[in-house]
Amino acid sequence: MKYETQKIAMAYFAVAMGLFAIQVLGGLLAGYIYIAPNFLSDLMPFNVVRMLHTNALVVWLLLGFFGATYYLVPEESEREIYSPKIAYLQLALLVFGTLGAVVTYVFNLFEGNFFLGLQGREFLEQPLWVKLGIVVAALMFLYNVTMTVLQGRKTAITNVLLLGLWGIAIFFLFGLYVPDNLALDKMYWWYVVHLWVEGTWELVMASILAFLMLKLTGVDREVVEKWIYVIVALSLFSGVLGTGHHYYWIGTPKYWTWIGSIFSAMEVVPFFVMVLFSFTMVWKGGREHPNKAAVLWALGAAVMAFFGAGVWGFMHTLHGVNYYTHGTQITPAHGHLAFFGAYVSINLAIITYAMPYLLKREPYNQVLNMVSFWIMNSSMAFMTFVLTFAGAIQTHLQRVNGEAYMDVQDQLHLFYIMRFGAGAVFVIGAVLFIYAIFVPRKELISAGAPAAAE
Amino acid sequence: MQTKSAARNIFYGGSLFFLLIFFGLTFHSHRYIVNTATNAATLTEGVARGKKIWEDKSCVNCHTILGEGAYFAPELGNVWVRYGGKDNPEGAREALKSWMKNQPTGIAGRRQMPQFNLSDKELDDLADFLKWVSTIDTNGWPPNDAG
Repeated sequence: MKYETQKIAMAYFAVAMGLFAIQVLGGLLAGYIYIAPNFLSDLMPFNVVRMLHTNALVVWLLLGFFGATYYLVPEESEREIYSPKIAYLQLALLVFGTLGAVVTYVFNLFEGNFFLGLQGREFLEQPLWVKLGIVVAALMFLYNVTMTVLQGRKTAITNVLLLGLWGIAIFFLFGLYVPDNLALDKMYWWYVVHLWVEGTWELVMASILAFLMLKLTGVDREVVEKWIYVIVALSLFSGVLGTGHHYYWIGTPKYWTWIGSIFSAMEVVPFFVMVLFSFTMVWKGGREHPNKAAVLWALGAAVMAFFGAGVWGFMHTLHGVNYYTHGTQITPAHGHLAFFGAYVSINLAIITYAMPYLLKREPYNQVLNMVSFWIMNSSMAFMTFVLTFAGAIQTHLQRVNGEAYMDVQDQLHLFYIMRFGAGAVFVIGAVLFIYAIFVPRKELISAGAPAAAE
Repeated sequence: MQTKSAARNIFYGGSLFFLLIFFGLTFHSHRYIVNTATNAATLTEGVARGKKIWEDKSCVNCHTILGEGAYFAPELGNVWVRYGGKDNPEGAREALKSWMKNQPTGIAGRRQMPQFNLSDKELDDLADFLKWVSTIDTNGWPPNDAG
């Protein structure tokens, strides 16, 4: 850690990890309700549990991005963050808003109130006051980071990162528009949801990945920067019109079936290039960085994003296929592996890289961290396979044979039990990760220790 | 240096190009939705109130509507059709309302829907909303009444 203000990242990562824990516990509970549907059905119905699961995920990933930004911008710009005070105020505002949303969901407060009550559109359920708070926090963040970057050295990494972060804030504004016409509502809802995860977030991911490659492999900046522009160009060229794969069945014109199919099919390309990029850098780079766990997470993020977002996304993106699979268990199969592979993993990678510096330690006991990597990756892969099989069966029974929804769900029970098992193992991995980055410090594991053999 | 700035310019120029096309097409789609795919005349205040109830109760975090939402409970974009609302709108409305009033079933091992304590007027609004949604031109989705 070369700059004092990089330690702002520490506070963001700590809150992010707290929400990560809440997210996976919420997921575990939701998975349990699938196999024991009467559990908590009066106290905390499934829809509330799911809001906690998805909202905690989105907020902690964003906090991770913010933390990563505060960590890498000083090193890239070669100067301190413009205002640490604004950065901490921004975090306080976000924490307050998050707590407000959680309390509103769990206790169902101010139901129906336009300002204080929840707004039940998927992922955008936050009450209006929380949404406005998020906008204010985003403006504080962008002002702070933009000022820092403008006054310092400009690099491709900060260019792309800033563009992604500005895009996140701008497209969020479409979430404030709630027309009475459900078809219109859905079209603009995707401006937030799709243009985040299959657009602007990819820019953030690419720049964090590029930063990690630069630091971990010792490859020339010039090489890294060329790759990053190629990756983000491919992301937006495919991803922007790829939004069309959400416009097949919601009342939008028929031409989207072709535009959406063609462009979203190409969304796999930038993820594949990220795999090529990260492996090439690690092979070519001469540096043996002591933080092996960070290298593992960075490579893991590229590979799992390719499978989760790329391959599993492609699986049901062509409109002829999607006609049958849309809204079946195929969707959560893809959603889980894509979010974990791309955005959870890139966050855990930068956290794994930065924490030793933030805590002023040598890259300490990484064996636990690397064990948690394999636990989380294998359990998430298992969950994805299970849900994919469940989705294939559901598609056939319900969409082809026309059997009633609940009759089909009853036949999927075995898969839901296996999904719960996978989720339980994942929680163990997540807890182990959090423990591994914050707690152990005594043993210094040398490079080439047993864990490296994995 | 040459290739890097070329890559950067292609990124900026190309992204702007695709964004402009996207905005143009969504502008057209907006008009298409309002004029062709949905019926503005039948989008009554009751439908709008019903949509608000749908949101206030966070229905989308169990059900899907036009395939989007949670996958815990049945698709509701075509529930009006599934309940026979095309041939017998009054029957479908009564069936929906009595379903809502009878939750939760409390049957062991069955997924539970909460009791939302909606008034008769609110139930009518919700039915209006679900009826209106079933009239959206969805390119023939879902494949059958099972949703």
